[in-house]
Amino acid sequence: MQLTLGPVLYNWQPRQWRDFYFRMAEESPVDVAVIGEIVCSKRSPFFAEHMSAVIERLVACGKQVVLGSLILVSLKRERQQMAELAANTDFMVEANDLTCLGTLADRPHAIGPFVNIYNEATAFYFARRGAQRICLPPELPMESIRTIATALPDVTTEVFAFGRVPLAISARCYHARLHKLSKDNCRFVCEKDPDGLALATLDGEPFLAMNGVQTMSHACANLLGEIGDLAASGVGALRLSPQQCDMVAVARIFRDVIDGKRTYDDGMRDLSVIYPDVPFANGFIHGEPGAVFIPNHASANSRMRQPQIGDAVQ
Amino acid sequence: MELICPAGTPAALRAAVDAGADAVYCGFRDETNARNFPGLNFSAEELKAGIAYAYNHGVRVLVAINTFARAGALDVWERAVDAAADAGADALIIADVGVLDYAARRYPDQRLHLSVQAAAANPDAIDYYVKAFGVRRVVLPRVLSVPEIAAITCDVSCETEVFVFGGLCVMEEGRCSLSSYATGQSPNMNGVCSPASHVHYREQDGQLISRLGAFTVNKFATGEPAGYPTLCKGRFQTEHGAGYLFEDPVSLDATTMLPDLQRAGVTALKIEGRQRGRAYIERVVRNFRRILSELEDGVAAASGDLVALTEGQSTTAGAYRKSWR
Repeated sequence: MQLTLGPVLYNWQPRQWRDFYFRMAEESPVDVAVIGEIVCSKRSPFFAEHMSAVIERLVACGKQVVLGSLILVSLKRERQQMAELAANTDFMVEANDLTCLGTLADRPHAIGPFVNIYNEATAFYFARRGAQRICLPPELPMESIRTIATALPDVTTEVFAFGRVPLAISARCYHARLHKLSKDNCRFVCEKDPDGLALATLDGEPFLAMNGVQTMSHACANLLGEIGDLAASGVGALRLSPQQCDMVAVARIFRDVIDGKRTYDDGMRDLSVIYPDVPFANGFIHGEPGAVFIPNHASANSRMRQPQIGDAVQ
Repeated sequence: MELICPAGTPAALRAAVDAGADAVYCGFRDETNARNFPGLNFSAEELKAGIAYAYNHGVRVLVAINTFARAGALDVWERAVDAAADAGADALIIADVGVLDYAARRYPDQRLHLSVQAAAANPDAIDYYVKAFGVRRVVLPRVLSVPEIAAITCDVSCETEVFVFGGLCVMEEGRCSLSSYATGQSPNMNGVCSPASHVHYREQDGQLISRLGAFTVNKFATGEPAGYPTLCKGRFQTEHGAGYLFEDPVSLDATTMLPDLQRAGVTALKIEGRQRGRAYIERVVRNFRRILSELEDGVAAASGDLVALTEGQSTTAGAYRKSWR
């Protein structure tokens, strides 16, 4: 099972963004890295100057580089950007809506979690037209994931396994609105919240996180306990979405649990040390409210059990 | 411009027809449509009867099959397409690529509209659907300004339809999982948003608290009108203060922008509200018919013409005015 580093969804400082990828390239066990600004086109120019260096480093370290497209494309300038992105033939493009699919179709490409692939017929439609990797929408339950992954054995089916879950996209910038600024003159206030701006209920209970035009979950997706089921269902990759924590360590934990080198319990304990203060959630995959976390006791037990003499002949 | 009106029940369909709709849209009583609420929608037989009634009055019927098909249960959505085509629907309103593919192959002559739930917000995305499935009309997401709508309408090779009245999605339609994050039920999968089955009200310290699932969505002081706890129109707090951080509890009213939408070349105007009762539908459709007739005579609607119909809610022209963003 592969590990994919999802694109940075927040407005990080460009040098921090660059250094993050340098370190992930050199030290983390991710197989694929999706890069590029996909949330807000106004942020793109800041990262552009570091893009080629980041790509170069990722490639040099043996990572597959995939370029992500914008989630919501409405301006002429954005369409032009997407046309240029789709015209590149050096790297696979991950389409996050259908804007560049007309250009990408019939050559290998990836489809991101913001394209609504809820069933095997839709997945098959895109696979027949060149989609080789499909990251499914985060709200899909396990049965749907299994049905799609099983129906498409030649496509790498991926699920969103770590990070605050992107829940919605809007034309309106909530960060700008909160700071009483217009979207056109936003002063890039979202850069003040590189891990999302915490939004709580009136009871003070943490609920969501704002990220400019995007709304994220407060809780952090964590499918560590579902790795066994996902692998058995034909899922070929787990997506780790960058947060302000040691993502190298996060990737190592997922790698180790996939490879059976770390127990689920140890992995959970280590993750909560690396990314403290944010609750974990896996409700979507269990068909429950997405904010819920259901510990995997079965996984914990089976993974904690040491191999016994006689196992091979049972 | 055509007036496209909601019909959640056969009675509402007849009311919309009688009040002057050019077309009504409705859906089946199951998870295939995005207003899958208890007590609403049509059986196949009711749809046939509704279409017959509409035809006798020269009104078209559009059938919304606009949720995303559940994996392993494509047949439910395919049977809905079959039933709507068999009943003689003038158009099917579809969001899911797999369902569109089925409808386009199985019924090549059937008129297809792209649902707002498909979130096609620019000419490239829209033309993908036109080329792939022969889509004849796109319902535009409520994220666009009028100049953007005009540019799209000019660029694409299909008709455009826009929402002008009723509920307002603050997030781009078809790409919002806020509801399922709190309740497990989403517009895309279940055809519901912030479902009533997960709403609770309770009184505490002289306040009325509305909750959705496990989360408080709003608190109302005594005497303050308490709105429905739709997630994106709730009151929340950040370190910068509390309030309606996504959107006030407003509904959409674009009547003052109708001349602009007409100049933009929009083909059809859509009223949201399949969950609304017959009397409401009758009043809204009759008023819109009058406003459109006056528009043909060069009289633009005044702001607030339909305020009485919004049931105490304040209104906004939403993203149609760029300042909304």
